[in-house]
Amino acid sequence: MLVIDNISLKAGNFELKEISFKVEKGDYFVILGISGVGKSLLLESIAGLIKIISGEIYLRGKKISNEKIQRRNISIVYQDADLFPHMTVFENIAYPLHCRKEKDIKEKVLYAAGQTGVIDKLERYSETLSGGEYQRVALARSLAAGNDIFLLDEPLSSLDPKSKAELRPLLRKLNREGITIVHVTHDYEEAVSLANKIGIMEKGAMVHIAPPEEIFKHPKSEFVARFVGIKNFLRGELKSIKESDLKIFSSGDLDIFCLTDAGDGNSFLLIQPEEISISISSESGSARNHFKGRITDIAGAKIGVEISVEIGGGELIALISSEALNSLSLKIGDEVWVNFKASSCKIYK
Amino acid sequence: MKIISPDKSILNLVFTFLGGVLLLFIIAPLAGMYLNSSIDSVTEAIGSDEVRSSVWLSLWTSMAGTFLFSFFAIPLAFLLARKNFRFKSIVNGIIDIPIIIPHSAAGIAVLGIVTRESFLGRAGELFGIKFVGSPAGIILAMAFVSIPFLINAARDGFAAVPERLEKIALTLGASPVRVFFTVSLPLAWRSILSGFIMMWARGMSEFGAVIIVAYNPQTAPVLIFERFTSYGLKYSIPAAVVFVTVCLIIFITLRLIKKKR
Repeated sequence: MLVIDNISLKAGNFELKEISFKVEKGDYFVILGISGVGKSLLLESIAGLIKIISGEIYLRGKKISNEKIQRRNISIVYQDADLFPHMTVFENIAYPLHCRKEKDIKEKVLYAAGQTGVIDKLERYSETLSGGEYQRVALARSLAAGNDIFLLDEPLSSLDPKSKAELRPLLRKLNREGITIVHVTHDYEEAVSLANKIGIMEKGAMVHIAPPEEIFKHPKSEFVARFVGIKNFLRGELKSIKESDLKIFSSGDLDIFCLTDAGDGNSFLLIQPEEISISISSESGSARNHFKGRITDIAGAKIGVEISVEIGGGELIALISSEALNSLSLKIGDEVWVNFKASSCKIYK
Repeated sequence: MKIISPDKSILNLVFTFLGGVLLLFIIAPLAGMYLNSSIDSVTEAIGSDEVRSSVWLSLWTSMAGTFLFSFFAIPLAFLLARKNFRFKSIVNGIIDIPIIIPHSAAGIAVLGIVTRESFLGRAGELFGIKFVGSPAGIILAMAFVSIPFLINAARDGFAAVPERLEKIALTLGASPVRVFFTVSLPLAWRSILSGFIMMWARGMSEFGAVIIVAYNPQTAPVLIFERFTSYGLKYSIPAAVVFVTVCLIIFITLRLIKKKR
């Protein structure tokens, strides 16, 4: 349905680099990433609102990279401020129908309004609508445009939790009824609840595309790892050590010994907080990793207490018992040692 | 501790005083003019064909100039608001030139392009249009000095329209022309109307440029000047009162209409 083939673009100081992905007909594809990674730029480039500098975009089997915006037949819905304020809801929904000089405009507007639950709002102006109603009208207008692919740019972000909960089923319904949706968000829960495929964006690049369960089972990005509650997820470079079964993982100022058969190169390191111990002085056991740091936070966890320790410009979190916390009399600002075994380091490529 | 409310602060009192002095500076001369004219003399001025036709000439020539030049000013304003191009700041500067140059000099400049020897003058003659000493010349002189008001207001109006709405209209299948007429223009209309009113008002009160291009037929400002130089202050006041009153009525009415919209 939609093929993004190695596209790059530049907008101001921001760049999108060599992005490729495919969206099949009927997919609900969510692009997940923190604010400012270029998700919206990517959507606007698909819609033709921003010019790409290289790569190609194919839609319905046809190259549309240089196609005029009005001929792409793609609807875009933003998080807010996208209804025409000088028109009523009816006029907003009828707008694309007038553009295409269609007949039976009233019936088509009523159908789109009925599908999205705004049939009783047709005479109102956008400024009198609630956030949820506003987005429903924007979706109704996209439906009336007759496009089978919707690009949604954070459509739920400015809504209250109740409106969000009401709008999600509508988006799922539209998708079930044949609308292919590309939806960008920074909200992990939104992505999980709607997507059948998720693309993770980081720093202007698409770093991982997979079904939600795959994305969160085997996270390849710090962003996802943080969302699913994984702590101590570091990005760095793995290097072999001569005449040793250990390897060294360098992340910022930290050099961590790892026992792994993973190949050298850029990788991610995961250490479970329960694998990390805290001591007042340096330990001399079998653990290969000992780092001196300062406690920055002490927070109760579901079981035990999480101790955040600042080390070499980074932070590691250890899970210890309340009893250990009391016996060591730990408090924020204390200098402590963080210790863990090389074998407790998991490396992901 | 006594809290000074913002309304009673010394700063506000000083600013209110200074603002009041300025308002007085605007109102006092006009009020003086009204107070120095008798009802009889004003009635006589209203009854005078010369006064009535000069006021009417000022009104319609300025309106014609505003209407005619809006077809050029509004597209230019849209381009200036939406497009970035080389020398854009120079274009913006050129637009403001008529405001900063002496209006008599503006009149001489306009006269230079409408004389019989000029291209425009010759082209006009082919169609039976004479510029010097005619309403057509008055229209050009008025438009020359007042066009910046329309362009600047329209440009600010277009710039205030969220570009996103225009982009969305395109994705909904509208052509750029349709987007302009159904989204950009209606949303910028308030500012354009303001510019329209300002251009019209500025044009009809123009004296310096108009008197050089067309001493006759006489617009109201030229008539007032002529009465002042030929017969003195007392004789020119009733005509001035009539013209200022007409201007104020139109100006207030249009502002009320704009406010309602």
